Amino acid sequence: MTRSTVSGATAKSRSRRSRVLGRLAFLGPGLTYLIVLLLIPLALVLSYAFFRRGRFGGVIYELTGENFTRLFDPLYLDVLLGSLKLATAATLIALLFGYPTAYLIARLPAKWKTIALIAIVLPFWTNFLIRIYAWIVLLSGPGLVNTLLGKLGLGPFEFLYNDGAIVTGLIYSYLPLMVLPLYAAIEKLDPQLHEASANLGAKPARTFVSVTLPLTLPGVITGCMFVFVPSFGNFVIPELLGGGRSIMVGNLIRDQFLTARDWPFGATLAMALIAVLIVLLLLQSWSARRA
Amino acid sequence: MSRIRYTRRLPAAALVAGLAIAVSACGGGSTGTTAAAPAASASSAQLDPNMDLSKQSITISVWPGYTPEDLPKKVKDTLKTDLKVSLHDTNEIIMGKLTAGADTDLDVAFVSGQYAQALNEAGLLEPIHPELIPNLANLYPEAKELSYDKGNVFSVPYTWGTTGICYRTDLMKTPPTSWNDILSPPAEAKKKVTMMTTERWLALPAAKALGKSVNTKSDEDLAAIKAKLLEAKPNVFYDDVTFGDRLKTGETVMAEAWDGWCPTTEKNIKFVVPKEGSDLWVDTMVVLKSSKNKEAAHAFINFILDPEIHSWAAENILYKVPNKAAMDALPAKLKEDNAPLQMTPSQLLAGESIIDLGEDSTKFTRLATEVKAAK
Repeated sequence: MTRSTVSGATAKSRSRRSRVLGRLAFLGPGLTYLIVLLLIPLALVLSYAFFRRGRFGGVIYELTGENFTRLFDPLYLDVLLGSLKLATAATLIALLFGYPTAYLIARLPAKWKTIALIAIVLPFWTNFLIRIYAWIVLLSGPGLVNTLLGKLGLGPFEFLYNDGAIVTGLIYSYLPLMVLPLYAAIEKLDPQLHEASANLGAKPARTFVSVTLPLTLPGVITGCMFVFVPSFGNFVIPELLGGGRSIMVGNLIRDQFLTARDWPFGATLAMALIAVLIVLLLLQSWSARRA
Repeated sequence: MSRIRYTRRLPAAALVAGLAIAVSACGGGSTGTTAAAPAASASSAQLDPNMDLSKQSITISVWPGYTPEDLPKKVKDTLKTDLKVSLHDTNEIIMGKLTAGADTDLDVAFVSGQYAQALNEAGLLEPIHPELIPNLANLYPEAKELSYDKGNVFSVPYTWGTTGICYRTDLMKTPPTSWNDILSPPAEAKKKVTMMTTERWLALPAAKALGKSVNTKSDEDLAAIKAKLLEAKPNVFYDDVTFGDRLKTGETVMAEAWDGWCPTTEKNIKFVVPKEGSDLWVDTMVVLKSSKNKEAAHAFINFILDPEIHSWAAENILYKVPNKAAMDALPAKLKEDNAPLQMTPSQLLAGESIIDLGEDSTKFTRLATEVKAAK
């Protein structure tokens, strides 16, 4: 081996090392953030799931699997299923409202498109809690809607403190998260595909089912995930709009930490929630890859 | 109970609390669950009554808005010692911190009676040294008869009160007199009633209506309480925070309420303790065994019991204080406008203290979950 090739190989390995270092330098801040603020706390929470609650709260560091058996107690399974139902209902209805809205926005002239998109995002500029309390002002017994209906000789209706109110609150809060990915998907559609479909004799409904919907499916799935995930773990809306008369898994977790002082079981419930969401996210990425 | 403490039901507070828990979990220390350590009843090391307090400092943890804002300045002027105030939103949060050993700098904590009891049983409290708190003499004799801590062995009461029914006189045909009025409301009140959602107070109306103790551990009693609460569920909803406002707007006509929270200054709102009886809640001050400034901590408690300082709570947050001199000094008009302030110590003591149930407290957690999850 000649001198020059040796030094060439060293230079190559040196440049590879500096490339790796360069990448690490860029990845560093993000990775540190994720490790310190996500992975380590998550690992801590997970580890709590294997211990017992102390008599006065706190954690007794003795390994046990009882928290996981408790998960299958019909009481908690019911809460989990109930949350699934409410979150699914909110997601499907949000899709029903969100799709036409996104479609319409995508077909608007450019100027109006921007205005419509701002209007969709606008509610996020106000604090979430204030917006939820506003619903109480609107829908309560002596609220605005009932007062107006009363003037027409109707009602009063009980809009609040039931599952319907919870689903309404969830849809209201997360509808923009449905519209935006749908808009992005519909916007990308080539209008010529519609023309082609029409030229081949398909009626608009057929075009929608065979062309538009399949091509925007990734947007549909992303939108559904964006609405489902925060709905499933929500605990504010059931409390305020549901009047605390139904509980979702988020409330259950909050109560374990904040009133029952049972961190190990709270941690177990949180892990169960995360497990369900991971399964759903895997399904989403699988379907996105296929699409 | 503390107006502020129960902002726990405000999701924002809950979020902050969640964060606090995450933080304290990260700092995670020892178990804090070893009940083996001796409770405060066994007298610990002697304290020096002539200690130079300017060499010590005091750190307290208290609910936001529960003490005068200029307290540090007042303490510095009087005791010559620095006071640091840290805040907790709920009993559970400060319990979490203390049992996890995460807040070792704390000298004095404000907690409710049953939590003081639990902290004491966990061996975390310094016995109160009465010789360092001459102002204990200002307390009503009844304030030394609190069932969770007779004789103020490990806690000194700061405020006290009871739970009852807060209602609209103009919207109810007959004024409520019984817990059954909440549990099976008359026609005009159906679905216009709030009950509290925190587990022990959720159970209270049913327990009292059935003639049971609020501290019952019996499965049979709890089953009966649950049945009664499920019967009530179709006609009530649950609210620990805004029930006063809901009454004001007329959204509801009746609420299970803590006395200090019932907006009795409104013309049409009154507070009544139901005939079956109720609870006696007490918020207390405790000195932590881990405190390095125990003399200053006692001096601080003595300072708070000064009638002029102690009456701040009654005048500003409208809670009764167990301090005779402070209550006597209240303006007559204030008591006239806020009927619950007129309750006497013996009336209060007729209520049953909610005590810590240790392991069995999970029974109430389960009960609350079952009631709220029921369709």
